Amino acid sequence: MSGVVGPDRAARAAEEITTGFPVAGAPRFDSIGEVRTGLAGVDYLADEGISGVVFLADRLAKPVLVEGPAGTGKTELAKSVARLTGSRLIRLQCYEGLDESKALYEWNYKKQLLRIQADSGQSWQQLEEDIFSEEFLLTRPLLEAIKSTEPVVLLIDEVDRVELETEALLLEILSEYQVSIPELGTVRASQIPLVFLTSNNTRELSEALKRRCLYLHIDYPKLDRERAIIETRVPGIGQALADQVARIVRSIRTLDLKKSPSVSETLDWARTLVVLGVQSIDAEQAKDTLHILLKYQSDIDRAAKELAGVESPD
Amino acid sequence: MLDLLTGFVAELRAAGIPVSLTEHLDAAETLRHVPMEDREAIKYTLGASLVKSSTHWRAYETAFEIYFSLRGPDYRIEEDGAEGEGHRGDDGEDVSIPGQGSRRGQGQGRGSGGGQEGMTPEELAELLYKALLGANSAIVAAVARQAVSRYAGMEAGRPVGGTYYLYRTLRNLDLDRVLEQLVDQARAATSSLNADTPPGDGAPPATLTPLEERLLRDEYQSRIDQLRQEIENEIRRRLVADRGSEALAKSLRKPLPEDIDMMHATRDELVALRKSLQPLSRKLAVRLARKRRHGRKGALDFRSTVRHSLSTGGVPVDPKFRYPRPSKPEIVVIADISGSVASFARFTLHLVHAISSQFSKVRSFVFIDGIDEVSRFFDGADDPSEAVHRINTEADVIWVDGHSDYGHAFTVFWERWGEEITPRTSVLLLGDARNNYHASQAWVVKELRARARHVYWLNPEPRAYWNSGDSIVGEYAVHCDDVVEVRTLRQLERFVGELA
Repeated sequence: MSGVVGPDRAARAAEEITTGFPVAGAPRFDSIGEVRTGLAGVDYLADEGISGVVFLADRLAKPVLVEGPAGTGKTELAKSVARLTGSRLIRLQCYEGLDESKALYEWNYKKQLLRIQADSGQSWQQLEEDIFSEEFLLTRPLLEAIKSTEPVVLLIDEVDRVELETEALLLEILSEYQVSIPELGTVRASQIPLVFLTSNNTRELSEALKRRCLYLHIDYPKLDRERAIIETRVPGIGQALADQVARIVRSIRTLDLKKSPSVSETLDWARTLVVLGVQSIDAEQAKDTLHILLKYQSDIDRAAKELAGVESPD
Repeated sequence: MLDLLTGFVAELRAAGIPVSLTEHLDAAETLRHVPMEDREAIKYTLGASLVKSSTHWRAYETAFEIYFSLRGPDYRIEEDGAEGEGHRGDDGEDVSIPGQGSRRGQGQGRGSGGGQEGMTPEELAELLYKALLGANSAIVAAVARQAVSRYAGMEAGRPVGGTYYLYRTLRNLDLDRVLEQLVDQARAATSSLNADTPPGDGAPPATLTPLEERLLRDEYQSRIDQLRQEIENEIRRRLVADRGSEALAKSLRKPLPEDIDMMHATRDELVALRKSLQPLSRKLAVRLARKRRHGRKGALDFRSTVRHSLSTGGVPVDPKFRYPRPSKPEIVVIADISGSVASFARFTLHLVHAISSQFSKVRSFVFIDGIDEVSRFFDGADDPSEAVHRINTEADVIWVDGHSDYGHAFTVFWERWGEEITPRTSVLLLGDARNNYHASQAWVVKELRARARHVYWLNPEPRAYWNSGDSIVGEYAVHCDDVVEVRTLRQLERFVGELA
């Protein structure tokens, strides 16, 4: 729970060389149970797998690659862990065409140009050393996470959107927690950040990336957990209604749909029902509000038919 | 422990999950941090470093259950069970000893009722009801133990994977009937406003609406699934005790979804296949679209460069290139949908249509001995699986007797649609070419080859079986660009990826 105290860097580096593993700072959590209750304290209900992997990520100083269907709380997990540990959340949203200058660092050309023009009396040698100093470096999320002295949670969101070649940018920072800048040298992390990468699985990530990460697959929650999630996240919902919502959603997920309802859609639906003042759902109300849960007309038709009790053709 | 882990990793690799050395090291490191007695935690944390794909999780879980089944205080019972097993093996009888272990387990206060040696089938059935009504996992576990002891008829030392035992147990329990009874009972209970309603179902109104009935049914279904899982685990535990992890792991090893043989898939495997088909087609579409967009740089477009240089005073600052625009191929799929290869044809049609945006046109034909165009089913439907379903019910593919006749089907195709094959068309012929000794009419394929861009034959049979019996794939093969063995999703994906 407590923030990381900046450990002795040199000693750590030495140990790292001998063991080959990046050495974690002071552990953030004492046990898996603590992770779980802690996350519950910030309204994120983790299951065994999630809390176990978060705990391990801290102990092994390894990034976590989180995969799963959209809307099951992958991004939310990183946010919650940041809240729990009182760390700053640094987020890198990935997209096609993301490059070094947007992810790692960039030289501030304009400032460098100004510097050169400002005094021309200096020798070239001096000037060169001067304009390639930290003062002229624009940090981007990854470098910022490394340089930060306060505890940090780094979230690399939707990493599957970048091209295969761009993934390589991430490798150094993920395994060594350092960034090499040719003009400056290597910037090492003063504290090991907790790193979460999320992926919607639109393409296979490279082996190299997967190898460096712990893997966590977040699936749709079980009935009990979903009910608990609804109860914590939707204020003013009755127990009976939460139960009913969770059950109906489970039923809908067993259907063969184009897009199963996600947890966030379930929550939206539950909120809607609360706003509408519904105490207990009947088939008619369910049908009228299904469009919040499902986003394809064919899915809505199908679910409405199923819920009304008409047997499916197969 | 490290030895165990090494054996476990070896087993994972043998099951087809790629585990690298670093991942193995991570797993070993994990064991230092996670308390040994917390079995669930070990399972998830080990999984986090060993398994890097959600489709591999099931295989991992199976292997884990086998290798780590005897550890942890909660699992004492199995060790007792193991003694029982061993004892029985010595005696050489196959009479089961129902639950020495389970009785001891209940002595520790886990679960109530049951576990008696002389339990009659009626008592067991009653206990089963209780377990399903009350969703108490301890009782469910007890029932599973009892059921396995009573019905599975396990014999020590037999090198089987346990599927047979599972089948026997489930057949005797007849869970489908139990489900119906439970639902009926609930219906009766609510309509008479009996207080006997199962707990945890909220406050039921006077009658069950269809919605509530459905929810109730799903609830029971999930409990029954839980029971089934428990029974499976129980059988596995006993097998491990009997034969040791390594031997068992070998016979329990199941192919990963992408490696399942489509022709001989079981029902469960088909479900798994269908599930992995959708993400696969989505991935494939994304990859192909990217490939098309990020094509190689083209040659300099001189005219366009000069035209644009006017805005910079005639200096060609911004050279323009002529990017290649590879044309999208037209696809014609001609698939045999007779019994033996039906599921293969369905998967291929599904996949091809799911990524139809990557082709300029997709037309599909299915045949057994008659042939019918089925593109129309895919046109309106936004869900390929629905269209595939309609093919099975509506397509007109029977001509005489409903046995595959490639020759006749091809001839009819050539007469009716042959004109529409153009040099932009790639033709995919799907089937095992088991022609029931009819005439092959291979000339059609030859004509197709002459007119189309490519003709490929996809055969779901292992290469070794080709041209044996009534398979005449060789006669067609001489006229095809390529004949490909496509037995698994992995192979199918690779083929379609290269095609587009």
